[in-house]
Amino acid sequence: MIKIENLVKRYGANYALDDISFTVNEGEIVGFLGPNGAGKTTTMNIITGYLSSTSGSVTVNGIDILEEPKKAKKLIGFLPEQPPLYLDMTVEEYLNFVYNLKGCTLNRYKHLSEICEVVKISDVFHRLIKNLSKGYRQRVGIAQALVGNPKIIIFDEPTVGLDPKQIIEIRNLIRTLGKDHTVILSTHILPEVQAVCDRIIIINNGKIIADQKTEEISKAVQNNRRFNVKICGPKKEVLSMLKSKVGIVYAEELAEKDGDAFTYMIESEPGVDIRKNLFYTLAEKGWPLIGLEGVGTNLEDIFISIVDGGGEDTRRKKGPPSKQAAKQEDETSAIGGENK
Amino acid sequence: MTAVYRREMKAYFTTPIGYVFMIVFLMLASAVFCLTTIQQGEGSNIAMYFTILIFLFIIIVPILTMKSFAEERKMKTDQLILTSPVSIAGMIAGKYFAAMTMYTGTLLVSALNFYTIFKFAASNAAPNVASIIGNHVAVILVGSVFISIGIFISSLTENQLAAAIITVAAILVLLVSGMLSSLIPFYPLRVVVNWISIFTRFSYFTYGIFDYSAVLYYCSMTFLFLFLTGRVFDKRRWG
Repeated sequence: MIKIENLVKRYGANYALDDISFTVNEGEIVGFLGPNGAGKTTTMNIITGYLSSTSGSVTVNGIDILEEPKKAKKLIGFLPEQPPLYLDMTVEEYLNFVYNLKGCTLNRYKHLSEICEVVKISDVFHRLIKNLSKGYRQRVGIAQALVGNPKIIIFDEPTVGLDPKQIIEIRNLIRTLGKDHTVILSTHILPEVQAVCDRIIIINNGKIIADQKTEEISKAVQNNRRFNVKICGPKKEVLSMLKSKVGIVYAEELAEKDGDAFTYMIESEPGVDIRKNLFYTLAEKGWPLIGLEGVGTNLEDIFISIVDGGGEDTRRKKGPPSKQAAKQEDETSAIGGENK
Repeated sequence: MTAVYRREMKAYFTTPIGYVFMIVFLMLASAVFCLTTIQQGEGSNIAMYFTILIFLFIIIVPILTMKSFAEERKMKTDQLILTSPVSIAGMIAGKYFAAMTMYTGTLLVSALNFYTIFKFAASNAAPNVASIIGNHVAVILVGSVFISIGIFISSLTENQLAAAIITVAAILVLLVSGMLSSLIPFYPLRVVVNWISIFTRFSYFTYGIFDYSAVLYYCSMTFLFLFLTGRVFDKRRWG
């Protein structure tokens, strides 16, 4: 459906995108994940034809976006990071404008009212966009992307700045849309892609560092070896026990305190699931374990997991290996430091 | 193109811009008309009216064009248009024709001023209709050049105020350079300035000459600046 080959975008000496290639198949929901400034927005802007690449090609359904932009753009609905809304228009006027702009041929009234039903903006249809809340504006932005019923919908950070309830609604909406559209969505929030996407592409510093099914990435997260444990008991003794325990390579005390319970961060040896063992040991000692949670559901930890596990090959593919590896180490240590 | 045009036209009237433009234009045009014709009595001269009229563009045109692309860029709505199946040329044409519609419409309303002359002037003192029409055509064309310059400048910035001020300066320079060209001591340079000058060419119309080369010149200038606007978008895209 979308084929991206060796995409490079350069600003002067800076590479915003450095040789990116991937394919998105029909009906897939693909999450584009990466920290801010990784190149997500640039990639999306190139796919939608807003920017042009320095080199490389983007084909949408076999149509090159540069050669036949009109045809290709008709297939894509795009919600940029900031919804492109005219504040001085009502929702009705705005959607009608988009309808005209996209040269839509579907039944105007029926099509627009269907969209409003789907994104739940029928109740604000006659109001000025200026007066709508952020959540509604975001939905009007999504409605705009749906006009003309494009096969591909691209969302750039669709849930930024929304409240938790709205975030859940938007995610559900995206999942519904995914049933009969190809969806690409970018975000820097991991649970978001886990909740919505079939496949995750992780991008950092303009390079793809992982391109995997969501389950695989989730597995990588579960394999995480770091846990926060909350234990009731004498602080020093508990800590020394944790430090000396077989299977734990690192333990430290965190500042958090809950009644007589203290929180510790532990890291197990690779390939060892320490959790059951830890429970029994603590039970023997008579120190109740009241909390145990994996640390590593954030993006930085994913990076570590992927770099530690099978991600290296995809990562080292490009560039001089020594330089690349050194850079990678830097990154890993920087990220590790942040975590502690 | 028509979608952009229609939205622009609507935007002129859902925001104060359109009304401010029409009020300022009609007020100034009528005042100038009064002073140069009716109040002049025997020495009245419609050439003077048209000459001053094009100087009013220094104030009027920026009102019309400052918002056009600067606002789009600031609100990121250009992203919607540029990712829709609309060409850059179509988008610019939509904006340009919307501004031209506002401008020409208002100018035609201001032309009603002439009714007073025809109504009250002695039959032998009535002005030449052909000359009035010819001058209006020329004013429209000069306005078209300035509007395209305004649109071009608006596409360079996302700050409306900056766009307005630079447009004022640009129009001022273009008009005044022709008037002051006689002060240039170096002859070849004077010829070049006169050739470029929008004002010098306009003066033929006020003498009652319909100068086709000037018409061509104004159309080319309009096209040039609209083309440059397109280049701005291309440049930004490839940047």
